[in-house]
Amino acid sequence: MFVIKCPNCGERDLSEFSYGGEAHISRPEWRDEMSDTEWAEFVFMRTNPKGVFAERWNHAAGCRRWFNMLRNTATDDILAVYGMGEEPPEVTANLPATPSGEAAIGSGNDEAKVIDAGDAADGGGGA
Amino acid sequence: MAGYRLAGGGGRVDRSKVLRFRFDGETITGFAGDTIASALLASGRLMVARSFKYHRPRGVFSAGSEEPNALVTIGEAARTTPNVQTTMAEASEGLVVRSQNAWPSLNNDFGALTGLLSPFLAAGFYYKTFIGPFRGAWMLYEPIIRRAAGMGAATREPDPDRYEHAHGFCDVLVVGGGPAGLAAALAAGRSGARVILVDENAEFGGASVLDTATIDGSDTAGWVRSAVAELAVLQNVRLLRRTAVYGYYDGNVLAGTERLPAGDAAAPRERHWRFQARQVILATGAMERPIVFAGNDTPGVMLLGAALAYVRHYGVAAGRAVTVFANNDAAWHQAAALAETGITIKAIIDPRDAGPEDSAKTLRAAGTVFYTGHVVTAAEGGKAVSGVVIAQFDSTAGNVSGGATTIDSDSLLVSGGWTPNVNLASQAGEPPVFDSGTGAFIPGTPREAWAAAGAMTGKLALQSAIESGFEVGVETVKSLGFNALPTTFTVENPNQEVGFLPLYEIPSNGPGKAFVDMQHDVKASDVRLARREGFSAPEHLKRYTTLGMAADQGRTSNVNALAIMAAEEGRPIAEVGTTRFRPPYSPVTFGAIVGRATGKHFQPVRRTPMHDWHEKAGADMINVGQWQRPRVYRRPGESVEDAYIREARAVRNSVGITDVSTLGKIDVQGPDAATFLDRVYTNTFSTLPVGKARYGLMLRDDGFLYDDGTTWRLTETRYLMTTTTGNAAGVMALLEFGLAVDWPDLKVALTSLTEQWAGVAIAGPQARALLTKVITDIDFSDKALPFMGVRTGRLGDVDVLVSRLSFSGELAYEVYCGADFGLVLWTTLLEAGEEFDCTPYGLEALGTLRIEKGHVIHDEMDGRTGVHDLGLEKMFSKKKDFVGKPMALRAALTDPGRKRLVGLKSLDGKPIRAGAQLVTGSDPNLPGGSQGQVTSMGYSPAVEAYIALALLERGPERHGETLYAADPVRGLHGPVKVCAPCFYDPDGSRMHG
Repeated sequence: MFVIKCPNCGERDLSEFSYGGEAHISRPEWRDEMSDTEWAEFVFMRTNPKGVFAERWNHAAGCRRWFNMLRNTATDDILAVYGMGEEPPEVTANLPATPSGEAAIGSGNDEAKVIDAGDAADGGGGA
Repeated sequence: MAGYRLAGGGGRVDRSKVLRFRFDGETITGFAGDTIASALLASGRLMVARSFKYHRPRGVFSAGSEEPNALVTIGEAARTTPNVQTTMAEASEGLVVRSQNAWPSLNNDFGALTGLLSPFLAAGFYYKTFIGPFRGAWMLYEPIIRRAAGMGAATREPDPDRYEHAHGFCDVLVVGGGPAGLAAALAAGRSGARVILVDENAEFGGASVLDTATIDGSDTAGWVRSAVAELAVLQNVRLLRRTAVYGYYDGNVLAGTERLPAGDAAAPRERHWRFQARQVILATGAMERPIVFAGNDTPGVMLLGAALAYVRHYGVAAGRAVTVFANNDAAWHQAAALAETGITIKAIIDPRDAGPEDSAKTLRAAGTVFYTGHVVTAAEGGKAVSGVVIAQFDSTAGNVSGGATTIDSDSLLVSGGWTPNVNLASQAGEPPVFDSGTGAFIPGTPREAWAAAGAMTGKLALQSAIESGFEVGVETVKSLGFNALPTTFTVENPNQEVGFLPLYEIPSNGPGKAFVDMQHDVKASDVRLARREGFSAPEHLKRYTTLGMAADQGRTSNVNALAIMAAEEGRPIAEVGTTRFRPPYSPVTFGAIVGRATGKHFQPVRRTPMHDWHEKAGADMINVGQWQRPRVYRRPGESVEDAYIREARAVRNSVGITDVSTLGKIDVQGPDAATFLDRVYTNTFSTLPVGKARYGLMLRDDGFLYDDGTTWRLTETRYLMTTTTGNAAGVMALLEFGLAVDWPDLKVALTSLTEQWAGVAIAGPQARALLTKVITDIDFSDKALPFMGVRTGRLGDVDVLVSRLSFSGELAYEVYCGADFGLVLWTTLLEAGEEFDCTPYGLEALGTLRIEKGHVIHDEMDGRTGVHDLGLEKMFSKKKDFVGKPMALRAALTDPGRKRLVGLKSLDGKPIRAGAQLVTGSDPNLPGGSQGQVTSMGYSPAVEAYIALALLERGPERHGETLYAADPVRGLHGPVKVCAPCFYDPDGSRMHG
């Protein structure tokens, strides 16, 4: 629900854009001995932060060019728009507190969470 | 009979224009400008609705969007709209209005018996039906409860009306056109900023018209008229009446719905607005708050300000023997204003020691009896107020202290103070904060770019509301870089005193029900019950009692409920807090949300250049994504199955043509085009010679199949890629992403040509003979144009691109030309093909031909299958890297136990349904577990049986097994034989011939 400033076309409605996921994840050079873990990192694992998030956007109904954007995932404020291959600029983001005080990464009551398999074995996890 | 039309007055009605509408069959007469509520009141109708849960008689309670009671269904048949607030809906000639939730009639409602069951229907009763001794019968009484409790019913017919979407871009959006909003819009509009001023009512002015003051020398109505006139001529200002802003979203986007007046057949019924504002000024005003006492929902009990509004706007009086119950000075002024219009105020009841002297003088002169130090403990009468029970009140102790007296009265007007309307501010801000001046909540800190002005900030007095509106307007446009000049407003004789005694509820020990939320029938006792049962937090209270969850969003109930809870808890209201308000502030119709995107306009329709020919030929058209494609060309008397079998036979026996213009076509060119294609396809394209085509497969990064198609090498550095019809846009995006993100160093340009090229596939033993007739500059011999060869040529004057490809397994070609010549290509082929009985064929025949050959499409490439599953391993290059390769090699994706492609042949002569599960049990009641599923099916004229493709666990090892295709939903359970997926000409001699 916001206006995005396409680096080529200027301010346009969100509905013209498509989302491309987290930015600055580069395709690994393929080697025979690569582990599944290494590929899983590239294909599946994303940071999902509360706060500043670098992501890729495509002006699909416009110039059809890809660009990078820094967005505050807590407020949807757009903090910066920059080109593919460029480094993200330094920005600061306002992080409104939530009633239950969620952590910056993940959410919810971390004390009740199963953090790793060891905790679960101790019966520490919630049902 | 309580209400009546006064001899004069009523600024919004045109007494020269009489209109008639029907309410429950009875003709109601009103004037142009009336709302349904004002016309009903004027006609003397008191009871207009039955309540949600207890079917209590209800009348008109307010004059605006806070109305909790007087909801009706308007319109007939397909134009039926339920749950319309009579206070907001304008009356129109011939309108049909019906009461709701009453049977057999409003006056004799059988459902009112549920009132006797009320001890069992208290807060949370619904949840309690899940537990306790009667839970077993839940399935029995759940539908009965649902039917008994309810509102109007929506029509099941399609909506014949038109709805629109509109976008409002502006520098400043002003929400609320009362005195503060008008002043803010004036300040902003005069600066040259682009301003949109929105109000949910049919007219601007808000509550100012209730004030007897003068502004800059004219009365309030006159000032409103001149302010609106000034704004109307400003080119940079847009005025929107009847537009309720219902949601405040991120990025200063607000949504609203505009109701258009009836009578203009060309206009849409509603318009949905999406506002994008640099700054927002919220001036949403305040709403009069009722006081909770026994029988406070009886028809004839009304908000005091509403009664004054009916007099001022519509010339309608609420009753002939009026009593007023109030706890604040503004109410005395309103009562005095009512008395001045000639309405008899029998008595005014106020818990305080005295009212403001000037208005007291007016009332005393009019013969009003003052019961100061008193409160109303009950309204008597049931279906209409007949008497008001009052008692002495100890305001220090906060309880009733003296004996009761009854005053005969047909109308009880209540004012418990004013509640700032913080809904939108709360949607886009920190929690509202308690304000002791109003005894209610005012906006918290903004989270979006808005500022609040006027009564919603607690500035109830007219002077301060106007001044704050203008100030906020000036500050707002200055922050946007516009020049704005301050202005002063001279307000004389305003209702200055804002004396107010917080009083929310008159506790009662009697049998009468005291309602907090009238729309959802939540009583004061329900709030107490909720607390006893542990639901005392505002968010819990709301959900447990459904308080504030009705269509009126608790406009008249939230603050009183919180006050009752705070009193029970012995805590200040400020500490109890309020719920967070969420969109929508007011009900939004599905029609408004959908707009034009319905029926044929649901999504764009794409037609091929040969579309009209297909339709004229009587083809059954079918949607493939957005494309319209011919399914079968039925001849008279043929079923769909007859038709596709005939078409498929014609291809196998002679020749057929089909329209393949919908295939995705992407021009890939540049010095690195070959390298690029090697990286996105599983097989190699750099080794493809110029003038040849190759079938290619694309994977996703996670190793599963994404798309397939042929790609033709036109020159050393230029390829034409084809994709499946449904995935063309997705493949284009994937390729663009690869070039922009993964390999920005590659010099490749992509252009979508899907709509620029028309295409026809010519398939069958006579395909070569046919093409030789129409394209004379290409040698179609097997030697000159071998399988997968690509040539350019001319068909008459039309340039064409020909490739020898086969999806059907026959000798076949695809011919492409510029889209403008698609129809020429098609008809030329048909005319030349007459001697071969050339037959146009549709998607069904195409499907059965490809199933006979075991070719897969997206039925099999469903996002969960890989090359190994579909027997496409030979397409998987071991020599090079490509997208998805490492993940495709995961052990789990190459496990022989996975479901893999097989063919099926029906053994009972019946169709095998796509979607059927493959099981070993012959008994439909004991099928055993599913071992796979049927993906596509058809009748094969070549095999002379129903055949199918399926994904089956360890499929390739199980050829020859008999299984059962179980489709319990359709009651089918038939035996099938597992076989190789290719049923026809497995060595390919026909297509290579």
